[in-house]
Amino acid sequence: MNINATLLAQTIMFALFVWFCMKFVWTPIVAALEARKKQIADGLADAERAKHDLELASKRSAEILREAKEKASDIIANSEKRGSEIVEEAKNQAKVEGDRIIAGAKAEIDQEVFRAKEQLRTQVSAIALAGAGKILGREIDAKAHNDLLDKLVAEI
Amino acid sequence: MSSEAHTSAEYIHHHLQNLTYGQLPAGFERHGADGAVEALQQATWTVAHTSEEAKAMGFWALNLDTFFVSLLLGAIFMLVFRSVAKSVVTGTPSGLQNFCEWAIEFIDSSVRGSFSGKNNMVGPLALTIFFWVFTMNLMDLIPIDYIPLLMTSLGVPFFKVVPSTDPNATFGMAIGVFLLVLYYSVKVKGLGGFVGELTLQPFGKWGMPVNLLLEGVNLIAKPISLALRLFGNMYAGEMIFILIALMGGAWAGFSVSGVTLYGSQILLSLGWAIFHILIVTLQAFIFMTLTVVYLDMAHQEHH
Repeated sequence: MNINATLLAQTIMFALFVWFCMKFVWTPIVAALEARKKQIADGLADAERAKHDLELASKRSAEILREAKEKASDIIANSEKRGSEIVEEAKNQAKVEGDRIIAGAKAEIDQEVFRAKEQLRTQVSAIALAGAGKILGREIDAKAHNDLLDKLVAEI
Repeated sequence: MSSEAHTSAEYIHHHLQNLTYGQLPAGFERHGADGAVEALQQATWTVAHTSEEAKAMGFWALNLDTFFVSLLLGAIFMLVFRSVAKSVVTGTPSGLQNFCEWAIEFIDSSVRGSFSGKNNMVGPLALTIFFWVFTMNLMDLIPIDYIPLLMTSLGVPFFKVVPSTDPNATFGMAIGVFLLVLYYSVKVKGLGGFVGELTLQPFGKWGMPVNLLLEGVNLIAKPISLALRLFGNMYAGEMIFILIALMGGAWAGFSVSGVTLYGSQILLSLGWAIFHILIVTLQAFIFMTLTVVYLDMAHQEHH
């Protein structure tokens, strides 16, 4: 238990250990700890921001969905309206067309009737002539009685 | 007890003697194991075989056990922490890195608690002190006879395995701390400021001698109290281990008293060892904290 040179050796050893610890142990580990602290803080901040972004995005998506639904129902309503319009138009057109066809047919019929009448009229005069000839027993000179016949035809 | 031939006093003596290497002066009379006396012709460098020889070696001698055990412990501590520091990752730490980070954060927070200045050296200093003192103290928990017995069988006469029971180790550290205190006192306050602090308070410039006496005692008391506190605690603890170990030495065949003593040795050394875990840690912590506090005082300007 004497005080001897061990004292000096221990002091020197102590100084060397402290130096070593400071240079090669403390500094890197504390730097790593600081870096991790920063990493964690950044990570938390990022998570917070991401959460916020997510909230915004979900709000936005809900809005977009709502708009889309509105638009879709608008489109459906429009198309329904348009569809009924088209049907209505087609109906009208069909009616017009039908009317036109009917009118044409009527005109044709009238024409046919008129022509038949014409024909009948001419034939009637011939029949009248033939009948009168038979009745009179002689030939009626068509030329001589032309004016008479024409008068008759006009009367029918 | 290592041998029957030992008396209690010899046993205690043996356990408290460091393995000292130094120079015996010419004409010194060495007492051999067989009682023969041999006077040295010339000064000889050798290992002391008795405490008288260790004394005769004077100041320029080295306590080999203290030196190598503390060197080994410090080196182990540095290697462990260095291996972590080399492969330190900022991501998820594992295993040993967890422990080292925990230790460093613990030291760092207690340094921040008591050191108000700004100095990058105080943290590593505190860490080194804590773990070095802690591991040195921890050697106290090795069963007291194992290492000396082993060393004796290897032909080494003494081996005191707890460096902190050697005042050289504790004073060595305390002197280191004291030099730092002086250095930072002068660096922070300037030489004039430091001298002024020693001489101009508490009684003003007319009480200069008294001031110097008071402040000088105050200053010197720091390293002495540091060293003696640690040394005293560990030495006393060691002593109690030795005394407890002596109880079992009273064993002399089966008798009521023999068995009782033997049994109480086991129980007492267990109890004391468990209690000693607290002392070991506490003393390391106190040494560290006081060092930090002294350095903090050195950094503070007084009015």
